[in-house]
Amino acid sequence: MYAPIPVLSIITLTPVAGALLILLLPKSAKQEARLIAAAATGFSLLLGLFVFFNYDVAYASAATTVEQSFQFQEKIVWVAPLGINYHLGVDGISTPMVLLTGLASFAGVLISWGIDDRPREFMAFFLLLVAGVYGVFVALDLFVLFFFYELAIFPMYLLIATWGWKELREYAAMKLTLYILIGSVVALVGVLVLYFAAGNATGVYSFDMVHMLEVGAMPNSPFNVELFGISGLTLARLWFPFIFIGFGILAGLFPFHNWSPDGHVAAPTAVSMIHAGVLMKLGAYSALRVGVQLLPEGAQVHLPWIVLLTLINVVYGAFIAMRQRDFKYVIGFSSVSHMGLVSMGIATMSVVGMTGAGLQMFSHGAMTALFFACVGMVYDRAHTRDIPSLGGFSRKLPWVSFAFILGGLVSMGMPGLSGFVSEFPIFMGLWNASPTIQLTVGGWSLANYYSVIAVVAVIGIVVTAAYVLRVVQQVFYGRFNEERYQEVHDVTALDKLALVMLMVALIILGVWPNIMAPIVESGVRPIAQLLGGA
Amino acid sequence: MIEWTNANYLPWLIPVPPLIAFVLIVLVTNRSWWVTVFTALAASVLSWGLATAVFLRSAGLAFGPGLAGAAFGSSAPWLDLGQTQFMMGVMVDPLTTVMLFMVPLAILTIFIYSIGYISHDPRRERFLAYMSLFAGAMLTLVVADNLLLLFIGWEVMGFCSYSLIGFWYEKPSAYRAGVKAFMTTRVADVIMLLGVAYLFAEAGTLDFRTILLDPAFLEKLASTPALIFGGAISAAGLIGVFLVAGTIGKSAQFPLHVWLPDAMEGPTPVSAMIHAAAMVSAGVYMIIRMYPLLSAGAHPHEGVYNAPLLLMTYVGGFTALFAAVIAIAQNDIKRVLAYSTISQLGFMVGALGIGAYTAAAFHLIMHGIFKALLFMGSGAVIHAMEHGEHHAHEHGRHPHNTFAGDAPFDPQDMRNMGGLRQRIPVTFYTFVAGAMALAGFPIISAGFWSKDEIFSEAWHLGLGVLGGANTGYGPAIFLFIVLAVAAFLTALYTTRQVAMTFIGEPRTEAAAEAGLGGPSSMVSVLMQAPLIVLGVLALVLGFIGVHPDFPLLGGLFSAQGNPFHSFVGGTLVEHPPAIPFYWVPLLTSLVVALGGIFVGYWLYWRKPVPAGQADPIQVSLDRISPYLYTWMRNKFYLDELYDRALVKPSMWVSETLVSAILDQGIIDGILHAIARAASWLGELFKRFNRVMIDGVGDGIPMAIGAFGRWFRNIQTGNVQQYLMMAIIATLVIGLSVSALIVRVNTGVILLVLGVLVVIIIVLNLIGRAWGGMAE
Repeated sequence: MYAPIPVLSIITLTPVAGALLILLLPKSAKQEARLIAAAATGFSLLLGLFVFFNYDVAYASAATTVEQSFQFQEKIVWVAPLGINYHLGVDGISTPMVLLTGLASFAGVLISWGIDDRPREFMAFFLLLVAGVYGVFVALDLFVLFFFYELAIFPMYLLIATWGWKELREYAAMKLTLYILIGSVVALVGVLVLYFAAGNATGVYSFDMVHMLEVGAMPNSPFNVELFGISGLTLARLWFPFIFIGFGILAGLFPFHNWSPDGHVAAPTAVSMIHAGVLMKLGAYSALRVGVQLLPEGAQVHLPWIVLLTLINVVYGAFIAMRQRDFKYVIGFSSVSHMGLVSMGIATMSVVGMTGAGLQMFSHGAMTALFFACVGMVYDRAHTRDIPSLGGFSRKLPWVSFAFILGGLVSMGMPGLSGFVSEFPIFMGLWNASPTIQLTVGGWSLANYYSVIAVVAVIGIVVTAAYVLRVVQQVFYGRFNEERYQEVHDVTALDKLALVMLMVALIILGVWPNIMAPIVESGVRPIAQLLGGA
Repeated sequence: MIEWTNANYLPWLIPVPPLIAFVLIVLVTNRSWWVTVFTALAASVLSWGLATAVFLRSAGLAFGPGLAGAAFGSSAPWLDLGQTQFMMGVMVDPLTTVMLFMVPLAILTIFIYSIGYISHDPRRERFLAYMSLFAGAMLTLVVADNLLLLFIGWEVMGFCSYSLIGFWYEKPSAYRAGVKAFMTTRVADVIMLLGVAYLFAEAGTLDFRTILLDPAFLEKLASTPALIFGGAISAAGLIGVFLVAGTIGKSAQFPLHVWLPDAMEGPTPVSAMIHAAAMVSAGVYMIIRMYPLLSAGAHPHEGVYNAPLLLMTYVGGFTALFAAVIAIAQNDIKRVLAYSTISQLGFMVGALGIGAYTAAAFHLIMHGIFKALLFMGSGAVIHAMEHGEHHAHEHGRHPHNTFAGDAPFDPQDMRNMGGLRQRIPVTFYTFVAGAMALAGFPIISAGFWSKDEIFSEAWHLGLGVLGGANTGYGPAIFLFIVLAVAAFLTALYTTRQVAMTFIGEPRTEAAAEAGLGGPSSMVSVLMQAPLIVLGVLALVLGFIGVHPDFPLLGGLFSAQGNPFHSFVGGTLVEHPPAIPFYWVPLLTSLVVALGGIFVGYWLYWRKPVPAGQADPIQVSLDRISPYLYTWMRNKFYLDELYDRALVKPSMWVSETLVSAILDQGIIDGILHAIARAASWLGELFKRFNRVMIDGVGDGIPMAIGAFGRWFRNIQTGNVQQYLMMAIIATLVIGLSVSALIVRVNTGVILLVLGVLVVIIIVLNLIGRAWGGMAE
């Protein structure tokens, strides 16, 4: 379905325009820079809402061709000889992600209002980052996707290294950039292989995702042809792990997760929010879109062992979060744990589990953005994130305290909030998939273990409750140090607006999941069908 | 369009008023106490009114015909999951109907009482907000037509209990009790969640009627091997065990009962809410609701049990006895009640385990009423004691600041009470009514009838053994004996409690001065009026469940059969059989109740224990062994076992000691015995994370950096670090590719992985060494 007006382009390019406008401002125009940033992200958020509410679930469900499964499409031939098109479009998975990006970026601008060190440059880079993120979610051409992917990483480096936490920022920025670049390079190589394979087989060399998906779904797909005469070795099987894990690095997949807590902690608050809230989804989304959807045969072979990595993510991240003294590290590791659930949902290869993963991407994004906003607000006032030194902040910062507790309830999967409606389908998907999935390594095979994974993964949920309550008690309840924190005052109205926005999203999705679930479901259904799961 | 006068839609409205009240109080009215009171009270009255209307309608008492086999209900799509469109809905069937009698009534009385109780607290508005949310969640749970909505109410209550138990969070013991309650039930909840997810995966729905009224499906589920431990247990059995685990946490059954006594740290209306109207009743309600699933494949009436039923029977029976033993040796008025709750819940869980479906439900309803009464009564006592203590100070007859080592005054300690009968007569008489029900006083108490029914069922099912039939009747016999002993102890400790609190001479000045401010005081009226209502019910409500063949009374109350049994039994597809009337269980129940009351009377009432003198039971037990009573009083050291750094809520522990233990206990308070193992594991992971994974992440760049510096010496010009990274990435890719190729043919991927790990370690070491050299 093509859009009458290029909504997605406007969403993506508005932040770019905002960034250029800000750079034209004189150095003294701090307030103007903030206003422009707020206007640009706010406008994109509104359009994101427009896309979200105008996404046609019935049309998507009735789609019979690959092309029909994407809506609001725009297509301009860009580099014809190489088959590169400027092709945008959204399906049920990316639509909520566009909305999430809008929420997190707008909230991020609002809570960054107080940044007084070169706000012009900060806002400009921030907007570029946002544009990159939007671009990945709406791209339907692999070249465009990679273009935006790298576009998102570059300002991220500068934002962390310049405005980040002094003690860690250079180290963390470098670590993050290296990890992600390596991941994306590995994935890029994989995509190039597919590009040539598809081109050689069909005669049409194109990075267009629709084309690639069609090739992948052909009866004798070149992706599934045996390689080197080795039985069982196909392009899909060979390259799937590189593409999936290459993108999975950005989703914090164990054991490649360690860039993320350091990166989150070092980044300024708004960047942490985008970073953990949206950027990690970028990884999971791309892994799903480029990895699973393009190479379903590879996914069927490899996801049964990758699920073990995701299980480690869930449990291990939660345990580490429990032992941190630094407030922000707790949240950083909690993201590692929760993103594990996203990958786990994908690994169920069923509609139910992947719907849960899609919902979890949105839910975790809004939740973790809320968390980082809260941490930032406490840190700005207390000038420390050392958990034992804090205490009693609920009296001085009631809004932050409420928001953090709400986020905590989401993260521990409290029903009535979004965390539950996304985690429950993931667990259901695990039970559902259990009898059909089997892992064979050589002569040794493992069957029916997804149910065991579900049982082990709940440990992560219990531990989540433990670390959330620990932080709530030690930071927000307990004794307030009047002497040390004399200067602490309540947050600003803009801060409150940002918190409320994110909280509303979490509550609405929790109380009425069907506002989003059918959209996500329409997006994952074709992928699940490719995987043979219903 | 929705017609709200239609009985099918009415249940939706029942939980709504308290939920709206919660939002209103939080957002709008929290600055004005009286507006808040009005909001909360109006909401609970409205809910009660709606629930009562639905109750009367579905019991066939008013507003049209009764349920007549078909439940009311309606549902709406909530969560779209592929083929399964998850429906959220409400329904009213006979079991819901009786819950709708008990729960809203208990909630309403607790609300009225709360207003008097909390009116001097600085955070009283917030208190009523949480209470409203709690009430809304419980009512949601009751009217839910599916397991997921039930679970939602269940979890929201868990959160409310955490907030309310830890309501006075400045007090560390209160906060920790809140965390303890939350974490203990949470462990059980996630196990239950696994069961829910598994059930959904098997059934494709969680709707009660679709699952529970479909014997063919249940039969199939009972004959499918489970995904885990499939050799030993069926799918239905595993789901059942998971669900029962949820109840073991929520309804405080052994071994997860430890949170409930500590929950006494919360304000007393919260205790009443948790113990009677909500929380713990929810746990038992859930297993009663899910009984057809739990008993799938089993026929307890024919001596055939399955895993969930046996689990319930043994856990319930053991808990009933275990908690009753502990209750004997407690001196805190609320703690005695807490253990009595655990014990009584054990009665219900055990009864359900042997298939005594309506008996369990009957006891649940009766217990809800009389336990709410007893808790609120004890709250009035404590309030009166605090009042008396305050009064005594004002007159300077008692030194206000206690000397070092001198125990501070504890208004909940029954050893400080005595003689309160004269000071607060209304509380006394109503408390006695509740105590009679708890002790199972014959005929004129609700508890007598419900316990008698459990005994009869256990006897009926256990007869098979006596008759020499097959051996499948053990659980029923076990339960009969255990519950008889527990009932005896219940009567004993209840009498002890009444005697120590109300009878004899006041043991302290506070008790002598105790009072609620006289009959005209607002607090006195608000706190005692609910007691009167519940007191009357505690005496007479049992007559709805009299056995038809009971001498005299059977003909009077149950001419057409046991009304409760016939009504609630209608919830099941196959109406549970009405059992014949037996003399043995009736006599047993008379003997244990009267015997326990008599012993209690003899030891505590006849000649009340004077101040400073040891407890008579302690004296006699000490003669046998000095450890016996100590172990009982210390709850068999289970808390200590679970939580090595438990701070006993005794006031004589010096403040330094408390804070020292508190520091130590922060983590321990969270996850009991698991905490240490978990921390250790967390630490291990953290180190592993730092040394191994970070080590590689840092080591490689360090190595590269060092390599660069080294390389610079040979050749001028800088080496791009990315290049080196790319080389290493290629190396890793190459290795992985070969690993993949090898895997397909020979399956030695494990070997390759091992090699990779070695390489990582070597790289790590080289990187560090190199980095170190370069420094």
